Amino acid sequence: MCLAVPAQIIKIDEHNRNRALVDYRGIKRWAGIYLVPEASPGDYVIIHAGEAISLLEEKEAKKTLELWEEYHEPKKEE
Amino acid sequence: MEYITLAHGDGGTLTRRLLEEIFLPAFGTANPDKLTDASPITVSSGKLALTTDSFVIHPLFFPGGNIGRLAVSGTINDLAVSGADPLYLTAGFIMEEGLPLAELQSIVSSMGREAAEAGINIIAGDTKVVEKNKGDGLYINTTGAGFLPHNCLLTGENVKPGDAVLINGAIGCHGVAVLSRREGIGFETSVESDCACLHRLTGELRDKLKNRLKFMRDPTRGGLATTLKETARLTGYDIVLEENNLPVPSEVKGACELLGLDPLYLANEGKVTAVVEQSSAAEALEIIHRHQPENPARIIGQITRAVSPGNKAGKVFLQTSYGGTRELDFLAENPQPRIC
Amino acid sequence: MSLKKKSNTSTSTSVSTTASSPWEKYENPEIAQKLIHYIKEKTAPGMKFMEVCGTHTTNISRYGLRRLLNEGPELVSGPGCPVCVTDPGDVENFLTLARQKNVVLTTFGDLLKIPGESGSLSTARACGADIRVVYSPSDAVQIAAENPGRETVFLGAGFETTTPAVLLALKEAIRLGLNNFSLYLLHKITTRAVHHLLETGGTSLNGFLLPGHVSAVTGRHAWDYISELFGLPAVVTGFALNDILWGIRCLSDLNSRNEAAVINGYQRVVKETGNTRAQELIKMYLEKKTSAWRGMGEIPASGLFLKEEYAFYDARHRFSLPPPGKISEPEGCLCGEILKGNRRPFDCKLFAKTCFPEEPAGPCMVSSEGACAAYYYYEKEA
Repeated sequence: MCLAVPAQIIKIDEHNRNRALVDYRGIKRWAGIYLVPEASPGDYVIIHAGEAISLLEEKEAKKTLELWEEYHEPKKEE
Repeated sequence: MEYITLAHGDGGTLTRRLLEEIFLPAFGTANPDKLTDASPITVSSGKLALTTDSFVIHPLFFPGGNIGRLAVSGTINDLAVSGADPLYLTAGFIMEEGLPLAELQSIVSSMGREAAEAGINIIAGDTKVVEKNKGDGLYINTTGAGFLPHNCLLTGENVKPGDAVLINGAIGCHGVAVLSRREGIGFETSVESDCACLHRLTGELRDKLKNRLKFMRDPTRGGLATTLKETARLTGYDIVLEENNLPVPSEVKGACELLGLDPLYLANEGKVTAVVEQSSAAEALEIIHRHQPENPARIIGQITRAVSPGNKAGKVFLQTSYGGTRELDFLAENPQPRIC
Repeated sequence: MSLKKKSNTSTSTSVSTTASSPWEKYENPEIAQKLIHYIKEKTAPGMKFMEVCGTHTTNISRYGLRRLLNEGPELVSGPGCPVCVTDPGDVENFLTLARQKNVVLTTFGDLLKIPGESGSLSTARACGADIRVVYSPSDAVQIAAENPGRETVFLGAGFETTTPAVLLALKEAIRLGLNNFSLYLLHKITTRAVHHLLETGGTSLNGFLLPGHVSAVTGRHAWDYISELFGLPAVVTGFALNDILWGIRCLSDLNSRNEAAVINGYQRVVKETGNTRAQELIKMYLEKKTSAWRGMGEIPASGLFLKEEYAFYDARHRFSLPPPGKISEPEGCLCGEILKGNRRPFDCKLFAKTCFPEEPAGPCMVSSEGACAAYYYYEKEA
């Protein structure tokens, strides 16, 4: 029950601060952003049932990928 | 009058006016007084192929097409992938009371254009009207007749392990285009329906490759997976697909991930899967590319020996880039957008 | 593809996007193969890990992870499908609503097929009921606004992830002053279900993969009881291929260190305390009550219902619908044991013989993200 995608905010509705046009892989749809007041155009948000439920943290995203790479590179002999 | 009424179905003045103003001009027939109850077809010798299909799409208009274009290209393609040269179509219309005449005009005109571009004549037709709320706008049935140049349909009996499975382009486009216009689901997309007539492409494949072209089918509703499963069951061999080779446009992936759908089970139009001798795959792709230069035609898999014998033979496997394999079955039910 | 940096200005400006998904990096096949290798090599024999999210259920099956990890840990599905656990008595209430000529019933697509005693929404639609599938609950509010002469009811299903979206629709309907909009709520609380599963015993699990998007709402800390009260490890897990494999790998490591901890494996999305606004909405509009979970029985404080002061928007109240009665499962149905991770769908005599996605007998087959449906689509021989 967690079907959600990381979509990018293109623009915020001029008439409604709680609504934004988001883009996921080229698909565009208006979505609610009330739950992520800190989000701005350019940010990635997790969209579920038409509402953003979380902001995608770029720093954390990078850390995750680095962690996976680090743990799976063969260790060099000392 | 701006809308279809029950009187348009009475067979009287209004019916005649529909014929004179909308149907006959679109289908190229000059004189409404010279209409007969049947149209003759001449064939020199050999066999005809016949097919029929009904179109009940909603919405009637979607990015890249409408129900009328589909009704023409869909039936032409059924003939084309069977190895026939399409010649004639008939078209039956069941119109719902209240259908805007402008919409009917647009749909019928596009049918005429599609048929003319394909070099096909629409030679017989029928119109009926049903009461409001009994018809979803418009239903169309088209029946097609085509000539079989080698007197036989492509039946797939010569398919063997090692044959290549090709597709002429991207999958899932029609399904996404229709969904994008559905109330409650709609979204913006540049994806358009891929509806297109394929008979020139399939005709050249048939004529140039001859018996190195083993089988063709057009994946429509049910998606690519269902069509390939049908192919596997028909031939008794398995099909192994490479997931990385499947041409799925980014926006189709996006719509599917957003709505919880699988591109392998979304509807297509204007697509053909072909089973050819492995050594002829490059030639086949080159022919497809000449007809449809903008489409990402490619080899998507291979015919292999059946892993299960008897009536369980004919499976389809999808291999992933990380070493996984899963089996694909027929479409179980019409995919619905989900959030879970 | 890099993530766009935040603008320093406060004005709304459009930005360009690329067509790939940020999640593609999390599906790197080389990393996947290394994770698979690690898990198979390092996991102690006999480990059993449970996930409690329908999207994990589907993705694990779709990625073919059970086959790939065949000498590794056993992966089982717990109560992660909100549609599957819906009471058939509620379905009868939906059908009662749908059959009223004046009602437009709006729903997520997930609910169309759930069987009640007298049919499903799908069969009701075939008989002329006005039932419309929407992607977002806000679309249902729009339908209500466009149909002032008719009652629009939205079926609110889902766990903690979905509840805020439904409440935002309610908030909007109230703001618009709509008198013709109401909700039939079925929301349930996963954190309570897992607690109940562990409290009532009868399971032999070595850890949990926790639902990443439920956790985005609740926060990681909502799951601490798993380690603190029950001494088991758990990992908040994302949904991309390598997110899931990473979660399994972490559980394997925690077990080998005998460490009971609840760690956040989805930090790019999940915060320690979750989404404040979402939690405030839930507190404002809803209250917790005992709720029946098909396949598991009644679980205290596990259902979310509209508070008394919002009764006007509660379809149960507006249409005087009865509370659901007792649920009974068909004879031979193993869903109860499947939901505890004790049996697999293949163990059930009804599976793929008299229980299919088109005609589900038990709850785990009802939705495409139920354990039995996932096995049927992705793991059985066709």
